Amino acid sequence: MNWLFESGFWSSQEVHTAFLVGTVIAITSAVAGVFTVTRGQSFAGHSLGDIATTGGSGAFLIGVNQFWGYLAFGAGAAGFMEMIGVQRRRGRDVATGVVLGGALGLAALFLYLVSERSSTTGVTFTILFGSLFAQTSSTAPALIVSALLALLIVVLFGPMLMLSSLSPDIAAARGVRVRLVGVVFLIALSISVALSAVTIGSILSTALLIGPAATALKVASGPVRAMVTASAIGVAATWIGIVLAYDSYYWPPYSDGTGKGWPVSFFIVTLVVGAYLVAFFMPAKRRFVELPAADTSEHSCSPALC
Amino acid sequence: MTLLTLDGIGVRLGGRQILRDVSLDVQPGEFTGLIGPNGAGKTTLLRVILGLQEVGEGTVHKQGTVGYIPQKLLIEPDMPLRVKDVVSLGIDGHKLGIRLPSRERRDRVEQMLKAVGADRYQNARVGELSGGEQQRVMIAHALISNPELLLLDEPLANLDISSAQGIVAVLSELSRKQNIAVLLSAHDMNPLLPVMDRIVYVAGGHVAVGPVDDVVQSDVLTKLYGQEVDVLRVRGRVLVVAATEAVPQKSELPQKPELAQK
Repeated sequence: MNWLFESGFWSSQEVHTAFLVGTVIAITSAVAGVFTVTRGQSFAGHSLGDIATTGGSGAFLIGVNQFWGYLAFGAGAAGFMEMIGVQRRRGRDVATGVVLGGALGLAALFLYLVSERSSTTGVTFTILFGSLFAQTSSTAPALIVSALLALLIVVLFGPMLMLSSLSPDIAAARGVRVRLVGVVFLIALSISVALSAVTIGSILSTALLIGPAATALKVASGPVRAMVTASAIGVAATWIGIVLAYDSYYWPPYSDGTGKGWPVSFFIVTLVVGAYLVAFFMPAKRRFVELPAADTSEHSCSPALC
Repeated sequence: MTLLTLDGIGVRLGGRQILRDVSLDVQPGEFTGLIGPNGAGKTTLLRVILGLQEVGEGTVHKQGTVGYIPQKLLIEPDMPLRVKDVVSLGIDGHKLGIRLPSRERRDRVEQMLKAVGADRYQNARVGELSGGEQQRVMIAHALISNPELLLLDEPLANLDISSAQGIVAVLSELSRKQNIAVLLSAHDMNPLLPVMDRIVYVAGGHVAVGPVDDVVQSDVLTKLYGQEVDVLRVRGRVLVVAATEAVPQKSELPQKPELAQK
């Protein structure tokens, strides 16, 4: 590896932007992911990513940064899902499936138009698999502000979201507007998905959203620890991914420098999945050791006779 | 001071009259059993009190704060909340904002867990606990906001006898010591007999309210169910036997057509 000194890794503006944007996105996605997994909405998160494909290709067709396309379609789809989905979990899945099918049909058309019209190859690839190195310093502020907004929403609504996950009835009885809180969370979720799509592409965006969170929920207990652990995993995967992707410019099969380097999304997703597998096969920690049964002397008769 | 007054409550759900003309009141520190067969409307009545269910007729008047534990609370093992997180959510989980950990908060949670006998598993994930242990944690969750009235929907369902007795003992002690009114629904009244101040018996959409010995009588329940009901007292246990639960006579069973023709 000679990238550290020879190829101007640390002085490249692209790399700086990739690090900055990638870090903020990784943290937001990880924190939103913890709530997504806890609420059992991983499928909705994945679907929003797929639907973002439509938005990303549509945005390219009208000459706008893909992030806005991801965001517009993600938020629109999230609202539509909530509208047609009844509160029951099953109804929500059906609603998600229907919206997903419709959006992916449109994506097929848009991607066809993009590939026919554009002379530059790789646009389809960028939409589907990400473009962290293609982010310019002019788009970075919008990405970072969006990420901080989503993060703020999730942190502020965090206790309500957890209480609603524990029991919607308890939350409602204490005056929480459970449905409204759910919609607010879906908005934050669609922002996070759009951001992940920028990093690793629309169809892989779930990996950055769900992967670190699912891993953290296996190893860390307590919501705050889970969020911190998930963020650490997401950030580590993004950083190592950026370094490896930059270095892979000199990797086979185009080791003469004629290639564009391996996709950064490949490295990030591989690292995220690797972390999950390690956590999955790690021997389960016994968190709670049952003590011998407490004294039963408070009962006036033996259980068999009561 | 009366904590709760229900007056002439009627509820229809999906075209079916679930409750009709239900009136009752709850005083501070009272331990009330809400007893009745499955599907009698116990959950609906609790949801009316909580304001989660709209009523067709009648009025609900509440004073003071209400704690609530719903029935069939299934907490999955991968829920990231530890026991102390669940109890902490009981303080202000319904409010917007960031919680900073503090010694005061930690002590309050630990004290509450001690009061329900659940402090030794405060760091366990709540989804990994048994049903009885989860019930204790949920009682701590509901009580930490200092409610004057605690509503519990079938907290003893699916618990073994000694766990159920443990829960009843904790509830009755807290009710007496802290003057908390408890309204607890159950389809089996027996575990509650030693602690109930009063019974609200629900059947056929109507309720009968009063001391256990006054309400759990053949004539009262026969009127309530609208059919012949026997109340048996055996070895300190109460059995309520309705005619429809009896084994059908051979002549009442539907006969096969070919046999009937012969």
